[in-house]
Amino acid sequence: MLSTRLSTCRRHAVQRDADYGPEIVVSSLSSDSHTWNLIFLQLLLEELGHRVTNLGSCVPDDLLIAECERRRPCLIVLSSVNGHGYQEGLRIIHALRAVPALAATPVVIGGKLGTSGADPHLASALIDASFDAVFEDDAAGVLSFRSFVRALPVGTNA
Amino acid sequence: MMPQDSFGRFVGRMHRAGRLVVQPRMGVSDPAKMRRGLLATRHANATTVGTITLDSYTRVADNRAAVAALQTGAPLNGYPIVAHDPRTTRAMLDGVRDPGFPVQVRHGSAVPQGIFAALVAAGLDASEGGPISYCLPYSRLPLRESMTNWALCCELFARLRETGAEPHLETFGGCMLGQLCPPSLLVAISVLEGLFFRWFGLRSVSLSYAQQTNADQDAEAIAALRRLAAEFLCDVDWHVVIYAYMGVYPRTPKGASLLLEEAARLAVRNNAERLIVKTTAEAYRIPTFEENVAALETAAAAAAECAGRPWAPPGDTGLYAEARTLIEAVLNLASRLDKSLICAFERGYLDVPYCLHPDNAGRARSYIDDEGRLRWSSVGALPITAVAECGPGNALSSSDLLAALSYVSRRCDAHAIERPSAPMIEQREQ
Repeated sequence: MLSTRLSTCRRHAVQRDADYGPEIVVSSLSSDSHTWNLIFLQLLLEELGHRVTNLGSCVPDDLLIAECERRRPCLIVLSSVNGHGYQEGLRIIHALRAVPALAATPVVIGGKLGTSGADPHLASALIDASFDAVFEDDAAGVLSFRSFVRALPVGTNA
Repeated sequence: MMPQDSFGRFVGRMHRAGRLVVQPRMGVSDPAKMRRGLLATRHANATTVGTITLDSYTRVADNRAAVAALQTGAPLNGYPIVAHDPRTTRAMLDGVRDPGFPVQVRHGSAVPQGIFAALVAAGLDASEGGPISYCLPYSRLPLRESMTNWALCCELFARLRETGAEPHLETFGGCMLGQLCPPSLLVAISVLEGLFFRWFGLRSVSLSYAQQTNADQDAEAIAALRRLAAEFLCDVDWHVVIYAYMGVYPRTPKGASLLLEEAARLAVRNNAERLIVKTTAEAYRIPTFEENVAALETAAAAAAECAGRPWAPPGDTGLYAEARTLIEAVLNLASRLDKSLICAFERGYLDVPYCLHPDNAGRARSYIDDEGRLRWSSVGALPITAVAECGPGNALSSSDLLAALSYVSRRCDAHAIERPSAPMIEQREQ
């Protein structure tokens, strides 16, 4: 993992019972047609005890926002490996945060986010834009992601 | 009107001369650079055909974004054939494409009307895809709409025959999801898309099959594909095109070359006419022209080295029977082929493992067995319970999935590191 936002846990503690369900939404971004990453994440999250809605590949912004607003997930996991993840991630996080119901929902992103390999500057820019965590697509990233999900205060026994 | 030479006829002529046709994936936005890439392909020390791979914006029919990228000079990941004026594309191809060097347009679109109109306007007559294979894995478009789009495009494309040309279409159905699709289903979808092309007017087609995890199983699959093509497509010109492995690619250059050489031997051993190559850069990024030329030459050398060898005939584990059962079950669903295909997915008669498209039933599952063969762990509603040999039926865990996805790359990289000079797999000779 490259970065997390420190405020995540605090926000959970405040809002956990009222706002979050046990469900996690997994999604690609609008230009990315890859799906093996999404299938892996779904299996991993199910093994950790979560119910997963997998929105699949090439998800338009409107569809992602509408599904998240309707489902009120406890976590939104965005995965992208086509090199557009950074650009598209910045666009979508602003749109998600603009929805009152999703303003405080944990949102994470991971994969191959730029066109030229891992870049800590991209991760810190994504964190600044209010992602809760950014994960690299390697074994360490998967371990960090697993720890992050295990630390979620709700969902595992729901 | 004089019949012109065509993609299909060229490949057939090379095959009769004992030469495997090799082909790259290649596309850049700048016409001058695209021309250089095609010339590099043409001048490679191999029997080649050229490729124009289109960019992602054109693939999703977002021509406005492609035009904007051309205007601002933003790099695209392919050639925007709709955004470029047809005269630009004709000039780019002038003196490059001729009867000895056909060129195919590759795209990946479920909305390909603009693409077919543009390639016809530019004087081109070869492309690829299919209503299933370019919808389910790469698009959210309902399958029904993809069927309509592809039917319209086939009819438009087939009209080129009135000018004396012989338009050629290749199915992408033998490559579904790149990996972990059991070969009987790949073969069935490839043949069904070939039948779709014929239904809507094409008379020259090729049938794809992507190298999977076990060379003997692949040999059996290609033999089944050829036999089914001879049975179901006897009144059209057809050939078989093999794709070098489409899944997670080896990270070492030697491992990547070993896998490509194995694909070339697979093609020769099974009498396939054409091979789509992968490069040593595949695990990292879009390859350069030079890397593509090197891959073409590696594949051609591996093919030449094993040409004329007597190969043992492939075994029969029931793959042909399974593929034929699937095809016949689909054809019996309706009197029109497009309706049959839509109905087949609704009922789960066709169900691609791990495919997330809303129109895919998602009940069939696969795994890699101890011999490296792809097998069903669940057939869902596929009508093959009588013929399919099912595995233990345990659901794949996330770590099993990662292991299965990287099975081939790990095998090749390990071999490259441990035994750098030995061939990876001794395919059985007679």
